[in-house]
Amino acid sequence: MVRTYALLAWTWTRAAAAYPVSFALMVVFGFALAAVDVGVILVVFANTTSLAGFTRPEVLFLYGAANIAFSSVDMCVGNIDRISQHIKAGTFDAFLIRPASTWVQTTVDRFTPTRIGRVLQAVIVLGVAMAELDVPWQRVWMVPVMIATAMVIFASLWTLAGALQFVVTDAPEVCNAFTYGGGQLSQYPFSVYGRDLVRGVTYVVPLAFINWQPGLYVLGRDDPFGTPGFLRFAGPLAALLLALLAALAWRQGVRRYRSTGS
Amino acid sequence: MWAAVAGAFTNSVFGILRAYVLIALWQARPGLAGYDVIDAVTFCFITQAFIGPMQLFGGGLTIPERIRSGDIALDLVRPASLQACSLAEDLGRAAYLLLVRGIPPTMLGALMFGIVFPTGAGQWAAFLASFLLAVLVSFAWRYLVALSVCWLTDDRGIATVSLVLTTFFSGMMVPLSIFPGWLGDLASALPWAAMVQVPADVYLGKADLADALAFQALWAAVLLGLGALATHAIRHKVVIQGG
Repeated sequence: MVRTYALLAWTWTRAAAAYPVSFALMVVFGFALAAVDVGVILVVFANTTSLAGFTRPEVLFLYGAANIAFSSVDMCVGNIDRISQHIKAGTFDAFLIRPASTWVQTTVDRFTPTRIGRVLQAVIVLGVAMAELDVPWQRVWMVPVMIATAMVIFASLWTLAGALQFVVTDAPEVCNAFTYGGGQLSQYPFSVYGRDLVRGVTYVVPLAFINWQPGLYVLGRDDPFGTPGFLRFAGPLAALLLALLAALAWRQGVRRYRSTGS
Repeated sequence: MWAAVAGAFTNSVFGILRAYVLIALWQARPGLAGYDVIDAVTFCFITQAFIGPMQLFGGGLTIPERIRSGDIALDLVRPASLQACSLAEDLGRAAYLLLVRGIPPTMLGALMFGIVFPTGAGQWAAFLASFLLAVLVSFAWRYLVALSVCWLTDDRGIATVSLVLTTFFSGMMVPLSIFPGWLGDLASALPWAAMVQVPADVYLGKADLADALAFQALWAAVLLGLGALATHAIRHKVVIQGG
């Protein structure tokens, strides 16, 4: 599965590299586009020293950690967004007859390596924030764990959104609310959001485990919403459950596919 | 139809997330930039309603595709201005998208958080005029971006540049009035301010009406004028592609 994915990704990368100037520009532009979100955070903190109890480096830490996961998953799995076009045109037929997993084929479909610019931007933001924060080394181990957890959560969200498109073929945009919405949500500390919203994204859709719960542990903070301490470490379990659910949904979606006739 | 409902739903979700961030900021700094919390929430949902009609995330015009496919040749030999035809099409789409994608999220915002509404017919009329001018500026800008494909052949790079400039400098993410120092002065003089910040301020009654409309009309005239020049130029420049 990994080999097939790597092979196809490399094929698309070579295709994109056929236009080297365009390739380089797209990396730079991706970087600039992601910088807009950081620009907004900086503008907000030009007006205040604390947002819902969190300082600028703390917010940038949460942003960076979530966005490394979000933008790399967007690059590697987000292509699944185009599934509705394949369903509508009936070209999903071709995916089904090839001797490779449909999930691998749809996630690598038109793989765009130039999105690496956005991952790079998030890595830099996280690095700068960590340098400013001086996180004690006993807690640093959580940072890679939370990024890996977040990757699984985002990949599962995209897969769920892709599976949903088998049902709402005419309205693929509704899926963006969950995938890109999840990315947007995790850019800020959850203490800015309403209590009910945070409850929903902790216990129903586990978006709180992208960066909020493990981030509180790294930053050595108590949860302003008073959730129990063990939740800081529940991320991997929540991600696993969501991934299982996504795998099931994807199978159901593919089973639902009826091609287009002619 | 379902696509529009999905769009309205997505707009609402993002509107709610933005609103919470702005609320947190205005709780930390009450009265920042002359807005109170309700003004800030209103700003958020009003600008969220602009996304569809003004196509703030780019797109809408089919010109880049038509340049690439070669269909643009047909558009150019028609005895009607390409710019005027595109504008007519764009205004129609703007009206539709305002109804189906703009108003529902704003209503939801009003229900969830409470927003302010203009007082009296005069302020509604002022907002409508300002909104129309904003759509004009937005069209004129996107038209220029679209025509640049004649020179660049690929539209993705320029589309991304336009997206960065439009989302950041229009006030779409955070109001321009809270940008620090010279950045704020610069941003509020650029054409993108005429798309989002100015009509939102007219809606809230925070802007001097004559100044606001004059500023928008100036940018609309400049950008439409450039568009007309570019339309003339591509007659000599356009490379007809396709078979």
